[in-house]
Amino acid sequence: MRNEIRFLRCGHEVRLDNLNPMLTLLDYLRLQERALGTKEGCAEGDCGACTVVLRKLVDGHLVYQPVNACILLAGQADGSDVIAVDDLADGTLHPVQQAMVEQHGSQCGFCTPGFVMALFALYHAPRRGELERTQVNDWIAGNLCRCTGYRPIVDAALAACAQPAQDQFAAQEPEIARRLATLADGQDVFVGDADRFFAAPASVAALAELYARHPVAVLVAGATDVGLWITKQLRDLAKIIWLGRVRGLDLVRDEPDAVTFGATVTHQDAMAHLAAIDPDLAALMRRFAGRQVRTVGTIGGNIANGSPIGDTPPALIALASTLTLQRGEQTRTLPLEDFFIAYDKQDRQPGEFVRSVRVPKLGANDRFRCYKISKRFDSDISAVMGAFRFTLDRGHIASARVAFGGMAATPRRAGGAEAALLGVALSDQASWSRAFAALESDFSPIDDQRASAQYRRDAARGLLRKALAEVAGAPSAHTRVVDRREDASVAS
Amino acid sequence: MSLPDAKVDTAPRTVGIATKHDSAIRHVCGTAVYVDDIREPEGTLHLAVGGASLAHGRIKSIDLAAVRAAPGVVAVLTAADIPGRNDASPVAGDDPIFAHNTIEFHQQVVFAVAAQTRDAARRAALLGKFEIEPERPLVTVDQALDAGSHILPEYTFVKGEPAAALAASAHRLSGTLRIGGQEHFYLEGQVALAVPGEDDMLVYSSTQHPSELQNIVAHMLNLPAAAVNVEVRRMGGAFGGKESQAAQWAAIAALAAHHTRRPCKIRLDRDDDMSMTGKRHDFRADYTAGFDGDGRITAFDVNLASRCGYSADLSASINDRAMFHADNAYYLPAARIVTKRTKTHTVSNTAFRGFGGPQGMMAGERLIDDIAWSLGLDPLDVRKRNIYGEGRDRTPYGMRVTDNILPELIETLERTSDYRARRREIAAFNAENDYLKRGIALTPVKFGISFTTGHLNQAGALVHVYQDGSVHLNHGGTEMGQGLFVKVAQVVAEEFGIDLENVKITPTSTGKVPNTSPTAASSGSDMNGMAARAAAATIKARLIEFAAAKFAIAPELVSFRDDQVFAGNRVLTFSQLIREAYLARISLSSTGFYRTPKIHWDAARATGHPFFYFAYGTACSEVIIDTLTGEMKVLRVDILHDVGRSLNPAVDIGQIEGGFVQGMGWLTCEELVFDSQGRLLTHAPSTYKIPCASDVPPDFRIALYDGANREDTIYHSKAVGEPPLMLAISVFAAIADAIHALAPGKRVPLDAPATPESILHAIHKVTQH
Repeated sequence: MRNEIRFLRCGHEVRLDNLNPMLTLLDYLRLQERALGTKEGCAEGDCGACTVVLRKLVDGHLVYQPVNACILLAGQADGSDVIAVDDLADGTLHPVQQAMVEQHGSQCGFCTPGFVMALFALYHAPRRGELERTQVNDWIAGNLCRCTGYRPIVDAALAACAQPAQDQFAAQEPEIARRLATLADGQDVFVGDADRFFAAPASVAALAELYARHPVAVLVAGATDVGLWITKQLRDLAKIIWLGRVRGLDLVRDEPDAVTFGATVTHQDAMAHLAAIDPDLAALMRRFAGRQVRTVGTIGGNIANGSPIGDTPPALIALASTLTLQRGEQTRTLPLEDFFIAYDKQDRQPGEFVRSVRVPKLGANDRFRCYKISKRFDSDISAVMGAFRFTLDRGHIASARVAFGGMAATPRRAGGAEAALLGVALSDQASWSRAFAALESDFSPIDDQRASAQYRRDAARGLLRKALAEVAGAPSAHTRVVDRREDASVAS
Repeated sequence: MSLPDAKVDTAPRTVGIATKHDSAIRHVCGTAVYVDDIREPEGTLHLAVGGASLAHGRIKSIDLAAVRAAPGVVAVLTAADIPGRNDASPVAGDDPIFAHNTIEFHQQVVFAVAAQTRDAARRAALLGKFEIEPERPLVTVDQALDAGSHILPEYTFVKGEPAAALAASAHRLSGTLRIGGQEHFYLEGQVALAVPGEDDMLVYSSTQHPSELQNIVAHMLNLPAAAVNVEVRRMGGAFGGKESQAAQWAAIAALAAHHTRRPCKIRLDRDDDMSMTGKRHDFRADYTAGFDGDGRITAFDVNLASRCGYSADLSASINDRAMFHADNAYYLPAARIVTKRTKTHTVSNTAFRGFGGPQGMMAGERLIDDIAWSLGLDPLDVRKRNIYGEGRDRTPYGMRVTDNILPELIETLERTSDYRARRREIAAFNAENDYLKRGIALTPVKFGISFTTGHLNQAGALVHVYQDGSVHLNHGGTEMGQGLFVKVAQVVAEEFGIDLENVKITPTSTGKVPNTSPTAASSGSDMNGMAARAAAATIKARLIEFAAAKFAIAPELVSFRDDQVFAGNRVLTFSQLIREAYLARISLSSTGFYRTPKIHWDAARATGHPFFYFAYGTACSEVIIDTLTGEMKVLRVDILHDVGRSLNPAVDIGQIEGGFVQGMGWLTCEELVFDSQGRLLTHAPSTYKIPCASDVPPDFRIALYDGANREDTIYHSKAVGEPPLMLAISVFAAIADAIHALAPGKRVPLDAPATPESILHAIHKVTQH
């Protein structure tokens, strides 16, 4: 058992043994260390002004992960080398800084430190060929700029990343890798006392034991939602258990008929596995959130959180995924849709946690489509999210799983539409109309800031029509304005 | 995109060069200091505010005992603690710093708490208890119109005999367009730090208007204005949102500093900022127009009703500007333009880039599309037929348009964007596609430059030259990212013939240049550039006189270039001459002043010459829409924009691109949603979506028009801050064009913002029988 958080800062080892469990990494930097380069723009992980980079040792290699410091807890930096904008220039500007200056990539300058750090992570990301504008757009989807219109920032990224990474950080890598290896001690971490603590168990058994003892503790994976409970709702979270050090909880088991994701597999790490099931899942994951959120947010957290929208659950439900929960040493498995009981209510007992989710792959006769509708394509929460798996038999639908987010208080299947789709001939558009009618009575959506109930109904029907049209053979160049399947490439 | 080649040798040396932003290196290193980055003086307290939980009602009681008792709390402040005037308004005296008696919008500030830490203050602020007797809030423009609720009297421009002209018109149409508001979403939220002195107050604020803030703090504390100094080095974005509405937060910080005798800082949380500060006005435009068979407008009668919110703020001038731009670039032989300025129980709407102009322009542009759809014409042809021209040059407010370059701009862009061929190609695409439709539009912008509040068209500067030849530059303009400071520094470097690096840019301070106007109305470099040049010219004239006498040559033989002074056949460095001048007891400091010429306005008769000149631009946008869901993607945008002779092409292109994308956000993805109780539901970036990188057109081509401002502006440049925003109306018109493909000949009732929902709604309207 270790009773302090340890991470690296500018070559020094920081040890926090007297830690407010809710301290954010941004407040650590700005208020404690007085490193003032990193900015707070929104304090909810949506604008990226607070982006810093966690340099981590993953499978023996150093990776540079951009994260939102505003909603990342300081304890989550454990085992990392924390790099902020203040650290980049060493007498001369870093290549990404130099490119930002040359391309006139800053105006008011307030978002700039966040962009610089996002581009710094991109600069150190593994390269596959020449970088394209769309890849840069995706990489900075979690960074908002209100002044420039982004073009010069993208130009700066392309200019800086045209050269291989050669900077002081690349030069430090052997030394940093060695030091991070010594920080990776595999110990359970517990900072505080029984009434108020930040804990980071190192094994599933230790997690199960600790959570059983403190069932009121808050489980934190990426903190991309829990962070807002702290910064926005000002809730007092006295006991926090961070899952980021639990060995084995982040494993992906990719088998011929299914992929099983451990609860703490991040969206970023899940992307390639889901993309291999269907390109629409790659697009969904890409649009799910900006890089900073995908880097720390987890599949398990997105489910356990129980959002009515969720974005991954409708797709996973349409794929007939199952969820495994654990409490103490007991585990149980249920269909994912059964986990969501009502608004803000899930089938999870005190002390019980998400262990894994199993996602079946598509059979030869299965066709999958999913669509997300939002006011902004990237980094937005969907107004309506529709996911469809049709099993075909000689041009007819032999079985259908249809799930929607944003249409009810939970992600839910459209039972009426599923039944009405049985036997439908793809070639006979007239036969589709019964399913549209059934969909009307499947849901009673509400008006809110994302859309009206009427729009949700209309869009849901439109998505079902689109899915049928595409599965019937319409190329998505004729059915979509973005995320066309014909030009789908696995995002990095 | 390529910038014009750097000019060589022939003057000017510094002006016209694509110089980097003066703070670019500090921006990228994180060393640019914003108010929250100022090292706090020892003992600084942190503030948070408590807002009302409903939108309208009478305050019966306020119980702040729990707030006072909360950990870390040092002071709690309400209206009763204000020694002087409880008002943070720019004009009308109707914006209480702390609400008392009545609540007029949800989250209106009732009290502030000062504590040891910001976290303690925020937690304590949640503990306030109010008893408010609720009254029914008026939330929307429609509700306010029905209730006859106005914050300001309506105002009308009339030209000719619009009723008779309408009656005599070959064709007539009527319509309604709803235009949404917009949150500024400056990345740096509202913030201020007040430091009490022995009998005075120093306020650091993120404000576009230090002088107004100075007066508000002085009146609040019963201090003479001379005892309040306001300083601002830079803002992390403003866009109009810190013109009048930075004042309340600075006032609260100063009040707390006054009572506690300690430095006090307030920095609003983003959600509070979005709930508690005003936005771009949303409008409803109801219009009737007459036109001939060629699509020429014969009469335009338009009613513009805006949601001003609970107080007047700057709504008078904003609505005026909506009227000034309802014609956009089109000649109206007869017109009646009316604004109704409604009072609602929502936050007071305020300045936002374009200042009402964009909303007025939207009405005029919708009219053009309506005419084109009605007559089966290409909207571009209708635009060209109506553009101001010879003998058709008098605006509805009496000013003649004499500097119109739009015909040339439009012809050029029509050619370079390949508009006609693309329109044909789009028609072919639309004929073949059931689910997807594409649309294209080419729209112009004509934007009047000058404050329409006449007295604001003045500026001051202060220039010192020190013995080492370094130059200290100060002026009344503020830097919010728009590149004003570097442009004005370029002007001063040019005047002295010295390297830009030798001009030290210093924070805006009411103690250095008094009685300044807000940095607004795109006027920053026009006015402050002129004032700073005047200050430098005064010193330079003294230096010339000194050098001419010292070397016994004619003054015409003294010139300044490349950090050197050429005096007859002698050459000395600038700093050598300065040193000599100092020893000879020559004053090396001067103020400079500028007032914009040629402008006048008769408000009673609604006629005059309110603008020094017009800035012009034109944009061609192409979009694709999904008719099943209403989703939309902008495919390509071409822009040709007029900045006169650019002071700094890099800065100007940045303003054009950034303004366009911001305007595109306003008209597409950015939607403010209030519930029926007047609560803003979209008070965070999770629910209010400004454009991100992938929303920028993948094919985005921008060119600067090559031509000088015909008026005598600073180096014949033109203002650039606001006009490009309105180029984004081309995106909105292109979306309408795409919808029109579903039902040719029908008018498209698309409202702004064109969210997927708004687009799908318009699709259903045109496809219903």
